[in-house]
Amino acid sequence: MIANYGYKDGSGEYYISIDTDKCLQCPVEQACTRACPKNMFEIITDDYDDQVAAIKQAHRRTLAYDCTACKPAGGYASLPCASACTAGAIKHSW
Amino acid sequence: MYTAGIDMGARSVKVVFLEELKVEGAPQLKWGVKKTHIMFPEDLDMDVAAEKAYTEALQLAGLAREAVGRVVATGAGRKQVKFAQDNVTEVSAGARGAVFMHPSARTVIDVGAEEGRGIKAAPDGKVVDFAGNEKCAAGAGAFAESMSRALQLSLKDFGEASLRSEKTIPMNAQCTVFAESEVVSLIHANTPKEDIAKAVLDAVASRVCAMARRVGIEEDVVLIGGMVHNPGFVRSLQGALGVDRVLLPDLPEYVGALGAALIAAEIH
Ligand code: SF4
Ligand code: SF4
Repeated sequence: MIANYGYKDGSGEYYISIDTDKCLQCPVEQACTRACPKNMFEIITDDYDDQVAAIKQAHRRTLAYDCTACKPAGGYASLPCASACTAGAIKHSW
Repeated sequence: MYTAGIDMGARSVKVVFLEELKVEGAPQLKWGVKKTHIMFPEDLDMDVAAEKAYTEALQLAGLAREAVGRVVATGAGRKQVKFAQDNVTEVSAGARGAVFMHPSARTVIDVGAEEGRGIKAAPDGKVVDFAGNEKCAAGAGAFAESMSRALQLSLKDFGEASLRSEKTIPMNAQCTVFAESEVVSLIHANTPKEDIAKAVLDAVASRVCAMARRVGIEEDVVLIGGMVHNPGFVRSLQGALGVDRVLLPDLPEYVGALGAALIAAEIH
């Protein structure tokens, strides 16, 4: 399943997408939970009883602000979360 | 044997009992035999309300507690349903219930009072992709409701009024507070009520549509949640999605509870 966490507001569309099928055989021992400086990822048991990564509820409305440190103005080369997840499960919409 | 799905909202509980019938050796699920919708006061604890509603639902359905093999809860208050053996999110329950009612549906749009979401579903009703909007209440029913109050129309008249308008008035505000002030300006400018109603419903539809686009719109599209009863919104949504038809389930409020009951039957 692709889970899109986030929102769209007047300034843009801010979603982090997690391809949770990839979490089923996570190659890096759920490194997303350790890589994010804001500690935004958690491992949940989803409705199909699978252990998958998710964005914590408290961050889902504030992604644009929470991720600014990793996304300096003028672009970014690699994000800690997406780089840590070698399975390529994490994508940002902005 | 029955299973039960309980959709525990902030103020109301919906219960669906699903009966599993054995037809020539193959299990076939039959639903719709028993369903109940109970409102409860705000000051009642949710776990107490859930227990009360379930007891009442069993009575109304003429079922003994032991006749129900498994209970699965869904909805915002699902974790408060202490007697449920399991709980699932509104996303999974909505998708499962919607695809059961309309097997051709691949995109499920759920517009409830407080939230809207787009879900892409597999033929078996499992969620493939979903997106909500954690921040914007302007993509949900409560926004339409408060705007109908501002126009001094019932929600029903509001939806019907919008059908009489062919005007497109764009609403640019992205949040309810600013959108409300846009509506007030339209009222002061003596804009006909039907045009304002259409502008509001178009705006809700366009926000919902943005979520559906995120998951990819694949036909058939089915709409669930309370906004199914608003024909003006259905027309606006159809226009925003650019599809020929939007399927509407007969009992849109029960789709989540039905989905939970189906999930209960599958893991039973
Ligand atoms: S998001 Fe990536 S790193 Fe995190 S659990 Fe899933 S596969 Fe592993
Ligand atoms: S961009 Fe940075 S702050 Fe945002 S989720 Fe990834 S690691 Fe965390």
